[in-house]
Amino acid sequence: MRDAFIKSLSELAEKDSRILLITGDLGFGVLDEFSKKYPKQFLNAGVAEQNMTGLAAGLALEGRIVFTYSIANFPVMRCLEQIRNDVCYHNANVKIISIGGGFSYGSLGISHHATEDISIMRSMPGMTTIVPGDLWDASESAKALVNTEGACYLRLDKSHAPRTPDKEGEFKIGKSRRLLEGKDLTLISSGGILGVTLLAAQQLKEKGIHCRVENMHTLNPIDEAAIVAAANETDGIITIEEHTVKGGLGGAVAEICLEKGNCPKFFHRIGIRSEMTSIAGSQNYLRQAHNMDENAIVSTAIKLIEEKIKTAS
Amino acid sequence: MDIKDLAKKIRLHTLEMTSLAGSSHIGSSFSMTDIIAVLYGTILKFNPKQPKWEKRDRFILSKGHAASGLYAALAECGFFPVDKLKTFYQDGSSLLGHVSHKDIPGVEVSTGSLGHGLPIGTGMAYGAKLDNSDHKIFVLLSDGECDEGSNWEAIMFAAHHKLDNLVAIIDYNKIQSLDQVSNTLALEPFADKWKSFGWEVMEVDGHNFEQMQNTFSSLPLQSNHPTCIIAHTIKGKGVSFMEESVLWHYRSAQGDEYSAAKKELESL
Repeated sequence: MRDAFIKSLSELAEKDSRILLITGDLGFGVLDEFSKKYPKQFLNAGVAEQNMTGLAAGLALEGRIVFTYSIANFPVMRCLEQIRNDVCYHNANVKIISIGGGFSYGSLGISHHATEDISIMRSMPGMTTIVPGDLWDASESAKALVNTEGACYLRLDKSHAPRTPDKEGEFKIGKSRRLLEGKDLTLISSGGILGVTLLAAQQLKEKGIHCRVENMHTLNPIDEAAIVAAANETDGIITIEEHTVKGGLGGAVAEICLEKGNCPKFFHRIGIRSEMTSIAGSQNYLRQAHNMDENAIVSTAIKLIEEKIKTAS
Repeated sequence: MDIKDLAKKIRLHTLEMTSLAGSSHIGSSFSMTDIIAVLYGTILKFNPKQPKWEKRDRFILSKGHAASGLYAALAECGFFPVDKLKTFYQDGSSLLGHVSHKDIPGVEVSTGSLGHGLPIGTGMAYGAKLDNSDHKIFVLLSDGECDEGSNWEAIMFAAHHKLDNLVAIIDYNKIQSLDQVSNTLALEPFADKWKSFGWEVMEVDGHNFEQMQNTFSSLPLQSNHPTCIIAHTIKGKGVSFMEESVLWHYRSAQGDEYSAAKKELESL
């Protein structure tokens, strides 16, 4: 996702001199081409995220479109007050890019696990929050960010679903992408874990359970219509995110369903439910350890459908 | 504009505003009043009829708790009617207790949490260099605020990038929220700290109009280096019983205290 995004941003930077990319001293080998090609549009702020974000706000207030770039929690939590006060309150044109969503850097430990960022960022006033599911999302979101005024957050992931361009050919912020149709339940997924979600949907199909799959790539503003439709038109909803279940995608979907009065017949949030992990592991290993891999999605879906049938009879 | 007269008006407005509001920070506002008066009276380039005029100098009050003083200066300079000052802190007013830019012409940046103004100003200074613009960016910080690590990130950055269009002014009144600065987190040797980070530093008397005017009108102190002006000030300056007192970081003048303070300020 990272490479797809940077490639896309490079193309945009060539046409728009207002674009400025600031890194917090990370991106070895990834940002070299950008920095050489556009030296006046690239800046390494050093290992100083608070200043990086304040700088970005100052530059944005003077007319630039500024991207801050770092890993996991560094461009988010280390400088959260700068994001809230300096970026959001001033409606500054700052785009915060975090690479390594969820357990992308699994073995590096909790300092490098971005597992609460979505709930934090989607609560920031006016913060457009994008969590791409595949490489097409990641690439297209660059253009969408440049064209969206104000504060934006983009969470990129090491993993991704197979590239699935939208039939309409345009990435629309706040508009979920329906990748599969089915009426037995809806799997609403955000982030690179969409790949696992699609594999689970395939496995369920082989068992006679037909899933609708929504790629909910934008958490703020969220596609309320797609959520209401899932609640009304399919038998239940399971949300899947590589993130705490508190306040992220699952929380957002639950809020919409309750407030709109469209409660699904069953509902479950797949995500991180335990305390911080202290074991090493690849992204796939940690997904399995936290009951959020392909098999966990399949078994959860079967269990919920069986319970629903039992209740009905 | 007569600087002495402007400073007097700012102090009188500040006294009235904080009294009507029952709000804190009069001491913090009085310690920086003379600095603000020199800047707005003679140094800063601005046009109140065009607050966003591109070539204006940018001023950021990073010690946002002293908002009353900045609002008073802006009103006296014609950015908005002086009458509006009476709404400070009141229900529904856009004149908030900490500096807010929304609906207040002339305010560049909202502050209140300390350690934010200098990084933002540094971004503005870096942008001005990229654009070959020759305006300056002034950031006024408190001394206690220099405890914040974010400032030192910006201080390193500004020196590394040779931002000689950036001026940090420290309102060094030696008192912070609960106690003397020296009893809290000692800043000394303060000037040496800035120098060792690559800034050109000058210490001035923050209540000496002529000295400040001469210093501020010949900036940068050295090309290719950002400037730090350490202004030695007196907290609560202008009202004898408020001077050098932690209490007047919080207290607002009411009744006899208000009358006595007003009398002292009017005689300045």
